[in-house]
Amino acid sequence: MRFVFKTTYRQDLGLFRDGAQRNWYVVLGLAMLVVPVLVPSYLVDISLVFIYGLCGLSLMVLAGYTGLVSLGHAAFLGIGAYAHVYFVQDWGLPWVISVALAAAVSAGVGVLVGLPALRMTGVYLTIATLAFALIIQEVLTRWERVTHGLKGRPVDKPVIFGVSLAHDAAFYFLCLAALIGGLWLTANLLRSPTGRAWVAIRDSEIAAQSMGVNLARYKTLAFAYSAALMGVAGALFAHKVGFLAPDIFSVLLSIQFLLMVVVGGLGSLHGAVFGAAFVAMLPVLISEARDRVPAWAGQVIALAGKDAGHATFLGLDRFVKQPGLEPGLFGLILVLFILFEPLGVYGRWRKIQVYFSTFPLYKRATFRRQKTYMRSERLR
Amino acid sequence: MLNGLAVGCIYGLVALGFVLIYKATELVNFAQGDLMMLGAFTCYMFVVWYGLGYWVAFALAVAIVALFGAGLDSAILRRVLGQPQFAVVMLTIGLGAMFRSFASIVWGSEIYTLPTPFSAKATRLAGVTVSHEYVSIIAGTILLCAALYAFFTFTRVGVAMQAASQNQLAAYYMGIPVKLMFSLIWAISAGVAAIAGILLAPVSLIDINLGFIGLKAFAAAVLGGFGSIPGALAGGVTIGLIELFSGAYLPQGVKDVAAYVVLLLVLAVRPQGMFGSVARKKV
Repeated sequence: MRFVFKTTYRQDLGLFRDGAQRNWYVVLGLAMLVVPVLVPSYLVDISLVFIYGLCGLSLMVLAGYTGLVSLGHAAFLGIGAYAHVYFVQDWGLPWVISVALAAAVSAGVGVLVGLPALRMTGVYLTIATLAFALIIQEVLTRWERVTHGLKGRPVDKPVIFGVSLAHDAAFYFLCLAALIGGLWLTANLLRSPTGRAWVAIRDSEIAAQSMGVNLARYKTLAFAYSAALMGVAGALFAHKVGFLAPDIFSVLLSIQFLLMVVVGGLGSLHGAVFGAAFVAMLPVLISEARDRVPAWAGQVIALAGKDAGHATFLGLDRFVKQPGLEPGLFGLILVLFILFEPLGVYGRWRKIQVYFSTFPLYKRATFRRQKTYMRSERLR
Repeated sequence: MLNGLAVGCIYGLVALGFVLIYKATELVNFAQGDLMMLGAFTCYMFVVWYGLGYWVAFALAVAIVALFGAGLDSAILRRVLGQPQFAVVMLTIGLGAMFRSFASIVWGSEIYTLPTPFSAKATRLAGVTVSHEYVSIIAGTILLCAALYAFFTFTRVGVAMQAASQNQLAAYYMGIPVKLMFSLIWAISAGVAAIAGILLAPVSLIDINLGFIGLKAFAAAVLGGFGSIPGALAGGVTIGLIELFSGAYLPQGVKDVAAYVVLLLVLAVRPQGMFGSVARKKV
């Protein structure tokens, strides 16, 4: 176990805990640079991980740090995506300005949602954001002059300062830069008084209020910041999918974003990225599994008997090719995480770290959840 | 008019399920709509695949879904009591996704119609054609509510349930098996959802996305104040009528979102709903 004794203010202000941690991040950054060379065929999927990472970051700020659980974040993504495409393709604005405007529009809508949300707590807010997302989806369908409605809208490849980023690797680096920028901004924001006020609101609204935190201001700010991040992610997402249709931004996408935050681990920026990697890569894994698992299982069982092996192959093949399997699998994973690892992947990662750093002395009780009794949320 | 009333009754029934569970255990069950879907599919399976009579299938489907609800409570949901509400919301969303997936694997993702004794029959009543399907929904809702009311007021178990939902600890000290009561409430709620699904089936077709009606039922539950049983029904009927009239008089597309607009307005202006009571937190 290593303890960091801070002797100067510089150490306290630094973004990293110590030199070792910084070096690990440098190594990670270098690894990200060579990824396009190593796995060129998965670049598009990894770009999606980065875009979802931004989305996860956005929801992590709102749900994980401020305690406002939103089931409507796909709507902000949609607003960002459509606004960006509209500004670039119909108004002909430069890419960077368009992204900034898309973020601003999304943030504006975020404030509009956030203002009435000030009066709601807990599950009411979740329901309200859900209703908001459904309304936005209908607006996206009906406002044909901007969104082209159900016909959908093709999206051009990004062109920044006259440089076309049509190549997969170029787009990969664009998304990587956006994610790193978002992480850096959010990490700094969370260490500032604003971030501490958010955490205080999450832990207890009444306590925060009595310490002088302006609830209305900070909650609206959280909504605006979260929606702005989502707007940027939406602009990138539009380029990634290449074709916008209103039914992309459905409730299911919002649920996936929440899944990301929960699976990653509530209340950690690492968690947002872990969760994004998980949610973005799972469909890829499933489609790989669709091709391979039945054959493997068939071969394994074929050792026992030919007929049994063949039957298993057919059965498994039919099972994994079911169209409804994917959302069910997401649901199952969500349930398992909530029941058995509420701290998410990041929590598990921390436990493993602590296990090795305290090697022979690790105690399970370090992370044991306190026994909680039923706390009424009715009187709040 | 009757149409809106009937659809409103369905919203009300699903909302009733939400409210029952919320009152008792303070969990918000996002999978309620999917339980409704399971009920409709189970009934369809018994009627069409196994050729049972409608009423037998009805009873069997409700019983199975109710048992399933109780099992769900004792196996899964009891473990998250006392954890933040967020966890529960995510858990039920996950369960809902699993139910949908399960339904699409077992019954396929086609759209079915459920043949019933009321299908495609109509009576002319005072110059208005009244189709039996809608009448069956309204009558079923009224009967069910009367039965539930009687159950909660006059039977020992019903009163015990009320006690358990008002104050768990006190109820436990009085010798009421609180855990069992909660499972029973889940069973009732799931059963109500199944009945709603089966009643709705002849009007709207059965497919795996039937559960999304649950979202509109939320609007009903919130409109009525989340903890109030008559409020849930009144909210459901209101939402049904609002949908009907906005479909008739407002531009296209408004009908689909009317429920959600109302929901947002209610939450912004009067978060405790029509019948809810305001409570302040004591620190």
